[in-house]
Amino acid sequence: MSEAIIYELSAPGRCAAHLPRLDVPAAEPLPDALLRSELELPEVSESDLVRHYVRLSQLNYAVDIGMYPLGSCTMKYNPKVHEDIARLAGFAEVHPYLPEELSQGCLQLMFALQQYLAAITGFEAVSLQPAAGAQGELSGVLMIRAYHRARGDTARTRMLIPDTAHGTNPASTVMVGLEMVQVSSDARGNIDLNDLSAKLDDTIAGMMLTNPNTLGLFDEHILEVTRLVHASGGLIYGDGANLNALMGIAKPAELGFDVMHLNLHKTFSTPHGGGGPGSGPVAARADLAQFLPGPIVTAHEAVYSALSGEALDIDADDPVADAPQYMRSLMCRLEMPEHSIGRIKSFYGQFGILVRAYTYIRMLGEEGLRATSEAAVLAANYIQASLRDTLPLPYDRLCMHECVFEGRVNGAEDIHALDISKRMIDYGIHPPTNYFPLVVPEALMIEPTETESKRSLDAFIQIVKAITEEAKKEPELLRTAPHRAPVGRLDEVQAARKLILRWQPEP
Amino acid sequence: MAHRIDPSCRYSKSHEWIRVTDEFGYIGISDYAQQQLSDIVYVEVPEVGDSFTQSEVFGVIESVKAATDCYLPVAGEIVEVNQDLEDTPELVNKDPYGDGWLVRIAIEDLGELDTLMSPQAYETFVKRVQAEAEH
Repeated sequence: MSEAIIYELSAPGRCAAHLPRLDVPAAEPLPDALLRSELELPEVSESDLVRHYVRLSQLNYAVDIGMYPLGSCTMKYNPKVHEDIARLAGFAEVHPYLPEELSQGCLQLMFALQQYLAAITGFEAVSLQPAAGAQGELSGVLMIRAYHRARGDTARTRMLIPDTAHGTNPASTVMVGLEMVQVSSDARGNIDLNDLSAKLDDTIAGMMLTNPNTLGLFDEHILEVTRLVHASGGLIYGDGANLNALMGIAKPAELGFDVMHLNLHKTFSTPHGGGGPGSGPVAARADLAQFLPGPIVTAHEAVYSALSGEALDIDADDPVADAPQYMRSLMCRLEMPEHSIGRIKSFYGQFGILVRAYTYIRMLGEEGLRATSEAAVLAANYIQASLRDTLPLPYDRLCMHECVFEGRVNGAEDIHALDISKRMIDYGIHPPTNYFPLVVPEALMIEPTETESKRSLDAFIQIVKAITEEAKKEPELLRTAPHRAPVGRLDEVQAARKLILRWQPEP
Repeated sequence: MAHRIDPSCRYSKSHEWIRVTDEFGYIGISDYAQQQLSDIVYVEVPEVGDSFTQSEVFGVIESVKAATDCYLPVAGEIVEVNQDLEDTPELVNKDPYGDGWLVRIAIEDLGELDTLMSPQAYETFVKRVQAEAEH
């Protein structure tokens, strides 16, 4: 790669901003004890700085450049209108310490988003606090623990987790201090009901479920799974990573889920990946809402002055009922749920991201959200059907929003999923998720999302077919790929074993 | 891919081996297991003095593909851990039955060794696992 790192562009005394001559008395310099000299900050001009990062951005790959079928990540295109709305001054320049009365527009947007997410999932209440999917998960597991403790049941210390689960599920469980118990999948990729039944007892706090699961399959016994767990006194946590398959079609609450998180950066098309930031709201059924992380936004009908627009504090038994219609409006407040697990993020969640998700939902509406999920499922099935004879398909049945193949080629036994993935980079597409889920050897997990056209799906399918032909004729081309990227095959083993976290000057 | 089985060990279904001398045993993962994991980048071992029951998780092996729990083949107390793995986890890939050992334990109940597989039984077991993976 030709681009130097910013420290290497540094020259002593160079500076990106030249301030005018000081026309006020100079302040006392900072005491020596507060100054740090060990920080080797780069010294560059503004043009050096801008060119450096623009060049780096041009070496990058993004969903604005091409297809990004990274399974389980839902790398859909992010409509630019979201950015227009998020940049409106009333949203972009609002200060988190503004009092509630002066933040009513922002609070009403948050309240509406809570209502929309509740309607989409079928749950009673939503907290927008969590700043990532995994943080939403952690909140949900804390809520399940709080629920059992509030009932005086301290024996439930174990969490059931399927062998197809995202790695964050066991991590959240362990962070909360619960013990994880793995549940097997059956031959069709569903939860193995016999294994589940054998592991259910009064030490089980609940089960963490992703449906559709990471094989891209809708569990054919989902109602039986949730019934069994409930019958033994456990709760069902829903990992909402794969909600993109279900919007407007199935509500997780009606499938028996008790609490779940949603990924706004996946399903609701807010920016994803390195930039983000993520947002993982938690939704819960009525009797769990009291444990949600807070504050959450509540709305109350209030009376406003018709002249000044200010909320009136009227001394009456029921001021709203007595006021004329034109003086009534919603007054939103921030409130902590009664037995909240507490704050898990400063202020009110990733507000700018909430604006984008709100815009996405408003732009699509109920019908549009359903069409989104239908198109996502159709696109994944089109790829699955088109590549069925090209790559081994371990679970050959109708898939949902993603499909999982084995990255193995008949006649090229030494080629692995990693080699196929790296070769895709040469063809200008982002590789799919590989080596996950763990139950599929050499897994290639492909999630095209609804935003790819048939033309781009066909191009992807042709690329995979071309690569499998290359695997048989010129396997070395795959093993040494990528060849047309800014950097060639990276030594991932060495990078993991000899972890160097920051650049240091040559001695 | 061909894999080696050490005739001096007994094996668990989760692919750990134990080599017993008196009431002590060295424990590691099999050659088949290290091949499945591919390049190992990190090994987490317990502290000396920790005790575990049979089949309890005692450590974690991380490869470029995945992180995997290690289960103690028989109950016991950790008397020694392989310190070399901290800097050279690749020893588990290079020499899974030798320098790549994970821990040494004082075995609590020698009778539990009978629940493990002989080298011959383990060979058959791996063949069955491989056949299932191929469908």
